[in-house]
Order: sequence, then structure tokens, then C-alpha cells
Amino acid sequence: MSALLEVSGISVSFDGFRAINNLSFSIGPAELRAIIGPNGAGKTTFMDIVTGKTRPDQGTITFGERAVSLLGMSEARIAREGIGRKFQRPTVFEDQSVQDNLLLALKAARSPWCVLIWKPKASDLARVQVLAHEVGLADQLQRKSGELSHGQKQWLEIAMLLAQEPRLLLVDEPAAGMTPSEREQTTSLLVSLAKTRAVVVVEHDMDFVRRLNCRVTVLHEGAVLAEGSLDHVTRDQQVISVYLGRG
Amino acid sequence: MSRSFFAKHPSVLIFIAVLAIFTIMVTLASDAYGFGWLSTSYIKTLGKTLSLCLVALAMDLIWGYAGILTLGHMAFFALGGYLIGMWLMYARTEEIVVQALAHGGLPATPEEISQGIASQIFGVVGTSDLPAIWSFAYSLPLQLALALAVPGLLALVFGWLAFRSRVTGVYLSILTQAMTLALALYLYQNDSGLRGNNGLSGLQNLPGLTETSQDLVSIWFFWASALALGLGYLTLAWAVSGKFGSVIRAIRDDEARVRFLGYPVELYKLFLFTLTALIAALAGVLYYPQAGIINPAELAPIASIYLAVWVAIGGRGRLYGAVIGAAFVSLLSSVFTSGRLPNIPLGPVWLSWVDWWLVLLGAAFVAVTLFAPKGISGVFDRYQRIAPPDRKGAPLGPADGSLQKQEAQA
Repeated sequence: MSALLEVSGISVSFDGFRAINNLSFSIGPAELRAIIGPNGAGKTTFMDIVTGKTRPDQGTITFGERAVSLLGMSEARIAREGIGRKFQRPTVFEDQSVQDNLLLALKAARSPWCVLIWKPKASDLARVQVLAHEVGLADQLQRKSGELSHGQKQWLEIAMLLAQEPRLLLVDEPAAGMTPSEREQTTSLLVSLAKTRAVVVVEHDMDFVRRLNCRVTVLHEGAVLAEGSLDHVTRDQQVISVYLGRG
Repeated sequence: MSRSFFAKHPSVLIFIAVLAIFTIMVTLASDAYGFGWLSTSYIKTLGKTLSLCLVALAMDLIWGYAGILTLGHMAFFALGGYLIGMWLMYARTEEIVVQALAHGGLPATPEEISQGIASQIFGVVGTSDLPAIWSFAYSLPLQLALALAVPGLLALVFGWLAFRSRVTGVYLSILTQAMTLALALYLYQNDSGLRGNNGLSGLQNLPGLTETSQDLVSIWFFWASALALGLGYLTLAWAVSGKFGSVIRAIRDDEARVRFLGYPVELYKLFLFTLTALIAALAGVLYYPQAGIINPAELAPIASIYLAVWVAIGGRGRLYGAVIGAAFVSLLSSVFTSGRLPNIPLGPVWLSWVDWWLVLLGAAFVAVTLFAPKGISGVFDRYQRIAPPDRKGAPLGPADGSLQKQEAQA
């Protein structure tokens, strides 16, 4: 199985501080992966690099069957290649209705002139309905998303990500600010999503990672410290000393 | 399509109806086609106001909807005016020169005519050569095309440079101010070829219509301004009603998030910047023949700031707000600065409205910003009982069912 995303030997430093140090990472087209690591391990920087927000000083990143290089592409271009990103705090467009938010995310041409003449077809509206139903917002479509509760915004953002139909999903701390039952739902959603696409979850919460039941990559000081099942990495002496031992 | 569009956006229909009724009423009150209740100069003021409303629409699109506070759009407006002014002045001078030379008995040669035109127009800045930028001034279609192409191209290049380097917020505002100031300073020079600080004048006289009275011309331009405003409003209302409007409002609220959705944010900004510059130029083409004169002071940085003030007072983020703001403030300004209002004695000093108008305007701007962020058009929301969502409290988090603080207290 060839990898969907292949990151090799990337480094980046900010004002002399090496945030990412010769990091390599790869994930298959239908795989769930958790990334854990202490604060400052470079988890968010790693996501920034993959999504094009930060440019690495060296290294290569390739994506897809044709192994196109993501280096030098803009954030928007990378997103169109099929990489979706879920931020830690819910970022939905609060001034707009749930339906508008979803239509905005729906996979379609993105250039200004295409968008200008774009009209939602019945199939688009049906798709929005289905997505909203999946995340329990079916009867809130006309509400302004700013009026939704924190948890509902999280779900709306997840639905927006699904509407984008990404091939790789980067999820930053999905469980933050969710009730236990919402966490349960999130876990099963992520696991089912990973059947058809690659999903990378960055998470602090060990219980949550355990329930995901997937391969785990441990980051420390900008490099991969260990990789394998959760049980495997938690037995690793280095991991215990830098991460688990501290908590 | 159009029926459902108006049904979904009744404000567009109301706006067009109000504009049509206003146009008919003014026509009936004019000297040319009605009972002569309004003076020709007041008709011109109203026509100019309508073209200002059109620029305000453009400003609202780029600032109110997309959140890009550009403070340079009056430069595009004035450029449009300059370029149409060149034709008006050239063609009108040509008529005069031909007439004058005809007295000599022999028909004038083309060289004599162009010599005459150049020395007539440029005598005031001490030259008698026609600068190269006047090469197309003889032709209305060419100069009209330039009146849109030049500001459009300038906006395209300027916007490309600014947005490509991700200049945003107050830095972009400053940059656009610098642009309009630089252009103004350039035009002040005599050798920039546009008559320096004299500017272009006599623009109210339409070539070929020497015999036509200004009563008629004023109402024609009033109609043209009303038509442009109506069409502009319809086009922009249509554009912001769909997904395009959704995208640009999203850019205003969180542009990084829009990028991660795959939208080329910089391209959108460039598109908007250029489009609004074109609208501003069109408005300038309509405005300056009514004003009759244009000079570099029209490109002063303050002019573009006024534009932002109009939109803010009218209510940004809704098209009719921009129109109301521009009409209200500019008409009020013409009342206060007319010098006809009686000064008020305040003991040893006089309260002169001409001087104090700017202070009043400034105070109104501050008051609107602080107490009525939706501007004048917030009144319509109150009338329709659309309350803003009031969820300022901090989210309580998962434990309390994700209520906001104040909801939990209530």
C-alpha cells in the first residue's frame, strides 16, 4: 500500500528555535493515526506545515498517487488537493446560517467567477441535509451558527469538513470542550471516517486516544520519538521518561 | 429566477421602487420636464449625490461585506472623472477653436486646430503642446474605455502587489491612503499633463450640445446617475445574495479558515478591489460632468475617508445602508456648507455652520461607532424586530451542556 501523505526529513526553525527537527511521517489512504506529545513537541507546527501555513526550511512533502509536492502550494491550493483541517476551537462563520456554512464548504469550484454564478442544485441541498442530519443539526439549518452551543459548533465544523470531502483529515484536539457522550460520538465518527480516508488526530487525552484504537506517533522536540500501537509506545522507556512520566 | 430573487430579498424591490419614485418626482419638479420647483443647480446636486451613492455601494461591498477597509477608492472615482473630463474639454475646445478660426475666411488646417486646442487648454500651465496622455482625447468611445481601463488596471496592479504580500487591516488602509495621496501629488505637477492644480474645468458643457440648456443636461445626467445606481444596486445585490456573498463575508470574519476551505482568498480580494474600483470609476464618469470641474484636491486622502464615514453612518454590510449614508451625509453636508444657515451667536464667538460642520460630522461618526454600530439602517432592523444574537458570555464548556454564561444565569 503506497502512502497518501509522505513527509520526509522536514525541519523548521523560528528565530533559531527548532520547532520541527528532521521529522518524517507517512500515512496510508485509509488509516487512522493519533499524534501525541507534550506541549511544544511540534504537533501544531507539523499540521501548519502540511496545510501550507508554515514553510519548512528543508525536507519534502508529497501527497496522493501522483506524489505531487505540497511545498510551495498555497493553503487554498493544498485544501483543494484534498487536505482538510479541523482547528482546536470551533471556527464556523457565526454571522451565517448553518446551511450557508455547509454550502460554503461543499465540494465545488472555488474561483470567484465560478462561485459568482454558482447556484445550489437540489442534490447540493440534499447533501447539506444529509450532513446536517449526521451531526444532529438537521432542524437548525436556518439558524445563525453564532447562536449554536459550543458543542454544536464543533459538530457543524466537522460537518463542514465532511462536505469538503477531503482525502486526508487533520483533526486538532477534537475532544476538547465536548461532553462525554459527544466524545463517544466523535470517536465512532473518526473511526468510521478512517475507513475511506486518512485521518490524523492530534490529542492530549490518553483515554480518547485509547478508544480510537489506532497507531500512535509520539512527537518530542520536533521529531518522532516512537511509533506503534498505544500499548507499544506507552511501554517505550524514552516515551515514559519524556511524556508519560511527567504527568 | 428574478421573481424568487425579489421574493427572497424584498429590500431590493423596495430600493428600486423608491429610486424610481424619487427619479420621477425630481423630474416632475425640474425646470426642463416639470414645474420648475427645483433649481438646476439643485438637480445637479441630487444627480451628484446619486453617483456618490454608487461609490458608497462599492465601498460597502469591499468594506462592509469583505472587511477590506480601503481608503483609496475616491482616487479611482477621480481618475474616472479626469479621463472623461479630458474628452469633454478637448471636444469642447475643438468646437471653439474651429469656430474662431472660421472667421479667418480660409478653413483651418488640422495642424492649426490641434495647435489651437493645445494652447487653449495648456496656456494656463505655460505650454502649448498636447501631452501624450491626451492622444485619445478626441474620441469619446476611446476615452470612455480608458476611463474604466486605467483605474481598473491601477487597482489590479496595486491590489495584486498588496494582497499577494498579505497586507491586511490597518496596513492596507494606510497603503491605499498613500496611493491616493501619491496620485494627487503627481497630478498637482504642471508637467503631469493634466493642468496641475487648475485641473479640468468647463466639464458641464457637453460638446455638440452648445445650444442645449443646462436645465436639460442636468436632468439627463440625473437620470443616468439614477440608472447606474439602480443597475449597480441590482448587480451587487445579486452578487452578495448567493454563495459569493457568503464567501466574502466569511473572508471578513475569518480569512484563514476560508483559505483552509480551499478558497483562494487573495484572488477574491483582488477581484473585489478591481471590481469596486471599476464601479467607482464609472461613478466618477457620471459625477464630474455634473460638478463641472475636477482638480487634484479631489484625490486628497480625506475624500476616501469621507466615503468610509458615509458607509459607516449608513450601516455597513447592507447595500441600502451605504446608499442611505452617502445620500444623507452628503446632502446634509451641502446644507451645512452652503453658508445659507444663519450663524448662531455664542457670546463673544459665532457658531459658524460651515466651520463646525466637520466637527459635527466627526461627532456623529464617533456616536454611530459607539452606540449604533449598524448605522442608520439599524432602524429597519428594529422595525422588523431583528435582534442581534446576544451571546457575549464565555462558553461554559461541556459540563453545563455547552450553555453560554448568561444563558445559564437566566
